[in-house]
Amino acid sequence: MAIDLEQFHQVFFEESLEGLEAMEHSLLEITPDNVDPEIINTIFRAAHSIKGGSGTFGFEQITDFTHVLETLLDEVRDGSRQITDQIVDLLLKSCDCLRTMVNQLQAKQPIDDTEARPLIAAFEAILAGQETATTPTSPKTAEPATTESTPATTESSATMNAEDYNDLVMASVSTMLNGDNEPAGQAASASPSGNTDTDGRWKIHFVPEPQILLTGNEPNRIFRELASLGNLSVEADTSKLPDFEDLVVDECHLSWTLWMDGEVDKDDILDVFDWVLDECKLEISREGESELSASTTTEQPEPESQQEPQQEQQPSEPAAVTPAPATTTQATTPAQATTATDAQQTAPSTGASASASASSIRVGIDKVDSLINLVGELVITQSMLSQLSSNFEMSDIERLNNGLEQLLQNTKELQESVMRIRMLPISFAFNRFPRMIRDLAAKTGKKVNLIVNGEQTELDKTVMEQIGDPLVHLVRNAIDHGIEPSEERIAQGKPEDGTITLDAYHRGGNIVVEISDDGRGIDPEKIRTKAIEKGIIGGNEELSKSQIYDLLFEPGFSTAAVVSDISGRGVGMDVVRRNIKSLGGRIEVESELGSGSVFRVYLPLTLAILDGQLVRVGDQTYIIPLISIVESLQIKPELVNRASGNTILYRLREDNVPIIPIYQEFNIDADNKELENGLLVVVESAGQKIGLLVDDLLAQQQVVIKSLESNYKRVEGISGATILGDGSVSLIIDIPGLINRVAGGSDPINRSNHTQAA
Amino acid sequence: MELQDLSEFIPVAGETNLEGINFISNGEQYLTFCLDSEQYGVDILSVKEIRGWELPTLIPNSPHYVKGVINIRGMIIPIIDLRIRFGIGKIDYTPATVVIVLSVENAERQYMMGFVVDAVSDVLNAEGEDIKPAPFVAGSIPRDLVKGLVNVQNDAVTLLNVEQLLTLEEVNG
Repeated sequence: MAIDLEQFHQVFFEESLEGLEAMEHSLLEITPDNVDPEIINTIFRAAHSIKGGSGTFGFEQITDFTHVLETLLDEVRDGSRQITDQIVDLLLKSCDCLRTMVNQLQAKQPIDDTEARPLIAAFEAILAGQETATTPTSPKTAEPATTESTPATTESSATMNAEDYNDLVMASVSTMLNGDNEPAGQAASASPSGNTDTDGRWKIHFVPEPQILLTGNEPNRIFRELASLGNLSVEADTSKLPDFEDLVVDECHLSWTLWMDGEVDKDDILDVFDWVLDECKLEISREGESELSASTTTEQPEPESQQEPQQEQQPSEPAAVTPAPATTTQATTPAQATTATDAQQTAPSTGASASASASSIRVGIDKVDSLINLVGELVITQSMLSQLSSNFEMSDIERLNNGLEQLLQNTKELQESVMRIRMLPISFAFNRFPRMIRDLAAKTGKKVNLIVNGEQTELDKTVMEQIGDPLVHLVRNAIDHGIEPSEERIAQGKPEDGTITLDAYHRGGNIVVEISDDGRGIDPEKIRTKAIEKGIIGGNEELSKSQIYDLLFEPGFSTAAVVSDISGRGVGMDVVRRNIKSLGGRIEVESELGSGSVFRVYLPLTLAILDGQLVRVGDQTYIIPLISIVESLQIKPELVNRASGNTILYRLREDNVPIIPIYQEFNIDADNKELENGLLVVVESAGQKIGLLVDDLLAQQQVVIKSLESNYKRVEGISGATILGDGSVSLIIDIPGLINRVAGGSDPINRSNHTQAA
Repeated sequence: MELQDLSEFIPVAGETNLEGINFISNGEQYLTFCLDSEQYGVDILSVKEIRGWELPTLIPNSPHYVKGVINIRGMIIPIIDLRIRFGIGKIDYTPATVVIVLSVENAERQYMMGFVVDAVSDVLNAEGEDIKPAPFVAGSIPRDLVKGLVNVQNDAVTLLNVEQLLTLEEVNG
């Protein structure tokens, strides 16, 4: 066809990967004793659209693979098959396998089907009724079983990798596999059978479903396309036409029989029908033979996927020539050498350049709509202002001000909306965990439940992309090191199943992602010993609990007694911390020996923009993130206390808030160094409040965060810089960092406990 | 006719105590500047721009030679006073005080920094053999910063190693 399908490939890849994710997700919800039909439908739909898409684009290996999947799922769906753990396992594995295939296609590499074959064989074995069969190790063992049993069951089966057999295929005989829920299919396919195999014309029997016109497929165009391939004669069958009164204009009740010159390649004919396969019954046969080909229904829309089984089974199954066991099968005799080329028509010619997978995000239509609205308003404001300027008098100044105000509002909202587009729910990062935990639990023989909270918490896309790997690492560690084996848990009086909780929530200007387990906890003494052993610390150092936990993130540190393939090599935790730090975040550990550990990852809400309060200290302007400000007040001398080692505290209702003069902390000059009547900005981070002594409060504004590190280095107490309206640079105060700094390495665990209490 | 030979026909602009400028040359070109009475040179290709002194925003708790950061077309660029860093000359900031913005790209990233100097003097051509090794007597400038010396008439120009200069903050800070 003339349309360049390649432009749609990327969409297909993305959709397929999404579909696979949905499939995986649903699969994990299934338990054999509780099968929700809606879940099965979701899985089925995902598999089906992958199959449809791959068929359209000619990715046959995927089509074939999904076809088997679909057959099985179809049986599960209509209740004729009970879903078992084994099936779920297999389906999960096929998700992986399909993902690999899609990735290979995306990278324009040839598809490696070594992974797929055993799976197909296993599916076929199941379809053939051998549910007891374990996951096969090699296709060799499983395949004979399949082929033998296929005729008996008459269920659709066997596909895939016709290449191997193609050379052998000369005469094709096979059981025909129709979905049994396909009554009309037989009627349509009742073409005369059993004639000699002459190299006659192609006879194409094309019965579209009534709604075909609604999908924009015009049979006329198809025929024109066909006519361009060779001599074509068309005969319309009007017998199904309803009476004139009953006629609905956009329904198609015609069917056609077409004849084409014999030298046309069958694939070319099929290609023409590519777009309508889902919505028609199509038979293509040599004149005077009956090859029943793909009476397509929505369940089995792809002719290739069904022709290949025919060829495939045939070498090992010559006995099935005549018998047409049960309902739908039809014997096919003729030598269809042309079909052997099916498999050679593989994925479309690969473009020269590799696909640098252009990443894209899906944006809710409401977000886009709000953008469009805002742009509309902006345009109105703009035209108002330009009208005003064309004939400006001093009396218009108020209107000008109003206009500018409006412009400001518009810009701000526009900015917020654009930023929101980049925000994705954290479930994108969490989604992979159910599967991972299931696999890891199986691998380690531990029983683990996963609880996920706060999936809807939104996070900047850039942050999301980079946080995935560190989280995976932490979860792995939790399973491998944290959760104890069942016996040990029972012995300790804990529930047999371990629990891992993933949680995400906002706190201050941060998103906090929490990974907690109810496992054995971290023994600070053990870490200490280990650290001394590894020479990370000296033997005599006094370390607080949190400092000891921090050692976990030192390079080359691992406490796992046994290095497993899940974790324990001691690379990783340092990488985790480095990755999180590079995002401007930090990580905290909290652990109780015997009852579990919590890893808290603090991430910045967004990387680019911040609401800030401008404050002045001396001749310097600093920005305090608005989100961390509790309140600003004028110091009343009677509420100032000195306590616990010369700390200046301010009594803010029940709290005692330490006063931190910025000029002291930053070592600069200030106008006002007296506490009396000074301005105090009370800020909070992780439950800790401090009061910053400043000279003056200036405006509040949104600021664009610029990195200091790109040309300089990280500065303690400063999270970045921004450029103010007058072009000067202003530094943004890093409240959590500052609090940490003044706390002088005090115990972060106590601090977070404090938070929870508060 | 050799292109080289053309150079002698190119007029020398203004009064200068250095030799004529070879605009077309096989050798490298250096921007020279002075700190007090001493002459220094940096690879001209790493010079992004030369700008007047403006008051930077202070960076808390930074070394005293880091004057702060300024905004150059949306980038936050740290300003380092070479006079303080090298301990040469007296420190005052007048409208004539000059900031040379240098940039260097290495495998990981691109750095830009501004350096406060007393004045920019000239462009210097130096071929490989003109560059003499740094004096063996250690001065106030870290040895690895010095690329070499070039004699220009009666003066000696110290060529600075730009890569080292830009990382200097990280190393010593």
